[in-house]
Amino acid sequence: MSELLELTVAEAAAKIAAGEISPGEYGGAWRAAAAGDELNAYLCRADDGGAGGSGEGPLRGIPVAIKDIFCTAGTPTTAGSRILEGYRPPYTATAVQRLEAAGAGVLGKTNMDEFAMGSSNENSAYGPVLNPWDRGRVPGGSSGGSAAVVAGGLAPCALGTDTGGSIRQPASLCGIVGLKPTYGAISRYGMIAFASSLDQCGPLTRDVTDAALLLAALEGRDPCDSTSVGIEGGIAPPSREDLKGLRFGVPRELARDSFDAGVREVFEATLARIESLGGEIDEVALPSTEHGISAYYVLAPAEASSNLARYDGVRYGRRAEGAGDLLEMYETTRSQGFGAEVKRRIMLGTYALSSGYYEAYYGQAQKVRTRIAEDFDGAFSAVDFVVTPTSPSVAFGLGEKTDDPLEMYLNDFFTVPMSLAGIPAISIPAGLAEPAGGGRELPVGFQIAAPAFGEQKLLEAAYALERAVGFDARPGGGDG
Amino acid sequence: MTGELSGILEHVDRIGKLDLDGVEPTSHVVELENVLRADEPRPSLPREVALAPAPEPSGGAFRAPSPQADA
Repeated sequence: MSELLELTVAEAAAKIAAGEISPGEYGGAWRAAAAGDELNAYLCRADDGGAGGSGEGPLRGIPVAIKDIFCTAGTPTTAGSRILEGYRPPYTATAVQRLEAAGAGVLGKTNMDEFAMGSSNENSAYGPVLNPWDRGRVPGGSSGGSAAVVAGGLAPCALGTDTGGSIRQPASLCGIVGLKPTYGAISRYGMIAFASSLDQCGPLTRDVTDAALLLAALEGRDPCDSTSVGIEGGIAPPSREDLKGLRFGVPRELARDSFDAGVREVFEATLARIESLGGEIDEVALPSTEHGISAYYVLAPAEASSNLARYDGVRYGRRAEGAGDLLEMYETTRSQGFGAEVKRRIMLGTYALSSGYYEAYYGQAQKVRTRIAEDFDGAFSAVDFVVTPTSPSVAFGLGEKTDDPLEMYLNDFFTVPMSLAGIPAISIPAGLAEPAGGGRELPVGFQIAAPAFGEQKLLEAAYALERAVGFDARPGGGDG
Repeated sequence: MTGELSGILEHVDRIGKLDLDGVEPTSHVVELENVLRADEPRPSLPREVALAPAPEPSGGAFRAPSPQADA
């Protein structure tokens, strides 16, 4: 049975297609594994979890863990919030439908920061997810449950969402692959909105080939999302073995950015790997990216404050009991239903959009966004990819950053610029490093970003690099 | 929470000092034109399905407290 769990998604799909293993046997092994969740990574498991969709497609018989931000008809969907406790959506998100049409089944719904607001999964109303490498540490966020189930052997692959780094950062902290596609590559229909101009869903997988396999099923234009355009030409399994003729840009600004020495060591060793594969390392200038966090924490809360206005206790979700009139019902429902971080962002966003402050905050942040996109355009005229560490540190301790929201926000320093520019970026595990304060070695992610809709090229490069890095460490578990 | 919000705004205020005159704001990164679909009738969610998740469905509609408590 455990041998089945060792297979990558691509390997399992090939064996199922060849009739060597049955979807029932494979799905059953994963259901049993998921039932042993000790990480608080699943919020619910589907009754027939992983039984597979009706399709005879390339993912036939593959169970997928789905971040609880995707609507799944008849299955509870909470977005990590009390305000959606008990909510069973009347329809299924397009991304999930596409996986099912390719033959995959929903294994369960994974825990997450409330409404995807967070970088540690500690903002979930249903308790934090524990990092499978060290249960005293966070798995990252906001797709923390999705990263933990893949790293912890509780799912073969997972679906997450990334607004400012929420796929890449948890993938980095859990030692797996996380891909944020170009904005517009995958439909957002049925994906509960946080910041609509930034939100994009993507796969969290054990390796780059599996990420390509899932992306191939997920991408595409959807009449239900007018911002979805798909990826022209689709996605093929990556096969490139060297990096000859490819240029990788390292932002000049990295030299003065502060991040852990252990992370820097792994990053530099990975650059040397790129060179040994024939790739060229160049310096690029991304001067406006240092303002990425400031712009992001205006734009994302502003959009969120508008999107979250819909939770009013009238049409679905929780309604506070005993309120006298309509206004009191709204207020009580929202003050009971939302957690602290969500309230913080609604207030920030409402403030940034308010008359008299709009230009100074929202208008200015939109201009910074233009500058950051121009920075990347300039870089990509000289190089094929931009590379950075995914996260400034390895997984930090539970509770370590909860008292200081700004400190938590700065975790997204390396991932936010790509989100603002809407370009694709992948995090692959590149090595292990000790936390700054010492202790057991933990995974370090390496981020590669490409021009918009350059996913195939990005996956090819990540595949070649992944093979050269040969990351094969596994979580040891335990309580740190 | 007041102190936290002030700290965040202080950080965010840095962009207020940048000279960005003449820079076009970006609201959306993908260039899109208005997309129109054919105006053809198609099935929608049945009323009872759409109402099922409501806290207080009533008579085929959503029921909410009155805007005035004594009304």
